[in-house]
Amino acid sequence: MAKLNPKELKYTKEHEWAKVEKGVATIGITDHAQELLTSIVFVELPKIGKEVEQAKSLAVVESVKSVSDVYAPVSGQVLEVNTELSNKPELVNQDAFGEGWIAKIKIKDIKELDNLMDAKSYTEYCKKGQH
Amino acid sequence: MDFVPATIQEEKLMLKTIGVKSFAELFIDIRSKFLLRKNLQIPEGLSEIELIKEISSLAEKNKIYKTSFLGAGAYRHFIPSVIKHLVGRSEFYTAYTPYQAERSQGMLQAIYEYQTMICRLTGMDLANASMYDGASALAEAALMTTRITERKTVLVSSCVHPDYQKTVQTYCQANNVQVITIPSKNYATDFQKLKELIENQVAGVIIQNPNFFGTLEKVKEVAELSHQYKAILVINIVEPTSLAIIRSPGEEGADIVVGDGQSFGLPLNFGGPSIGFMATKMDYLRRMPGRLVGMTKDTKGRRAFVLTLQSREQHIRREKATSNICTNSALCALTVLIYLATLGPKLKKIAELSISKAYYFSKKLNQQANVKVMNNDYFYNEFVVKVKNSKKILEKLSKFGIEGGLDLGIYYKQLQNQLLFCTTELNTKQEIDQAVEIIASI
Repeated sequence: MAKLNPKELKYTKEHEWAKVEKGVATIGITDHAQELLTSIVFVELPKIGKEVEQAKSLAVVESVKSVSDVYAPVSGQVLEVNTELSNKPELVNQDAFGEGWIAKIKIKDIKELDNLMDAKSYTEYCKKGQH
Repeated sequence: MDFVPATIQEEKLMLKTIGVKSFAELFIDIRSKFLLRKNLQIPEGLSEIELIKEISSLAEKNKIYKTSFLGAGAYRHFIPSVIKHLVGRSEFYTAYTPYQAERSQGMLQAIYEYQTMICRLTGMDLANASMYDGASALAEAALMTTRITERKTVLVSSCVHPDYQKTVQTYCQANNVQVITIPSKNYATDFQKLKELIENQVAGVIIQNPNFFGTLEKVKEVAELSHQYKAILVINIVEPTSLAIIRSPGEEGADIVVGDGQSFGLPLNFGGPSIGFMATKMDYLRRMPGRLVGMTKDTKGRRAFVLTLQSREQHIRREKATSNICTNSALCALTVLIYLATLGPKLKKIAELSISKAYYFSKKLNQQANVKVMNNDYFYNEFVVKVKNSKKILEKLSKFGIEGGLDLGIYYKQLQNQLLFCTTELNTKQEIDQAVEIIASI
């Protein structure tokens, strides 16, 4: 059973979450996403300083079953990456909304956040899609 | 009963589904002058007896030399007969990569051991299950450097086999990667020119060792320079028996080592099939194309072999796959494995014989008034000689049943009347002496 989607986060249709604090978005994949992917064995982190665009590939997560892109919920510059994941990719499975975060991005355009879903809509979206 | 791949109705449905009017429309991208608009003129079938006669008479047109001094990318080495007997066993006898992979534990174990041997020879951490041939492996390595560094320029030495250079160019062009050629000096990569060309946007530096002219390149210096600019050093090897006596590319600082494995037990079949090998450091594991066999334990704790990291391949990752290659040269990899297992430490002997005969040959030639050995630095089993008339020499050698060296003028305009000679353990002293005599007579 997936964990509840925290209310303070924003969500994408591709199952990423973003936590916005002082113009910086911390990004990860949702608990629902990690459940679908099963055991994650590798996370390919972006380079610090890289400019990313909303909905474009930010990172790659590899599970025993598949390889998937993690898309940037907002445009901006990568400030920090979770280097812990290099040795412990399973953190994404264990704590997708916390210790399993992937990268922090300096938000370029705060208005882009309007394209994202809140916890309630995302929960509905997951139920509706059954995926 | 005739084999019907698809009925007319099915064909129509398929064409309609993809929105194409006719079968011919599928070929619209091919220029019309290249399209065959008539049926192939294929004669009636032959009986087996007739067919053998026909093919035998064709085979008689081949010129069979009693010996050869031709190398330049394909090498005539002795093939122990055990190879034929083991490779031909029905459990193994398929050219295909295992598709229901884990059912084929024997084949996977063989590939795993092949990978281990390639790692030990190259001094690298891991090797893939093999690729089509040396040239495509090198081209894949060029692209791999761009994935690792996220840069878009590769520097390729002009002393890399010219056909390999073309393959690199073809792959890179299609991937918007710029290829810059590093000039040569005295039949080796010009280090000064490389220093001028290298900068922070260079993804990879590609050199061949021994290079196309046989010369041993200064790999360590090139590695240090490349790493100063955080570029990836790719070492290409077309004559891998050399790995038995020269310091491994890994020890010298290479990041990726690729090459052709034909020297290891594969016959000279007019161009193939061959095998490409690729090995790299652990850091670049996920950037390496191709399949990889790993060792693990099954649910009962027994040793088991698996195809691993498949999730990066085309059938799962589609257009985002690391490469288009979804296969390996399974039977050729097996051949290489059996060859190396059969020779073991004696591979060093093959290398020593190949190199010492080349030095004997070159020394003898250099004593002749009309011949000059051009390599300044140490070489392995190939070297360049300048002569007065290369064509005449090759013709005369041919008359005596000797296949001479490669006429370098074919590949490099500025190298007219220069021949690239090669020796292996199969060339005898008598043959060499006879060849020297013939060459000196012109």
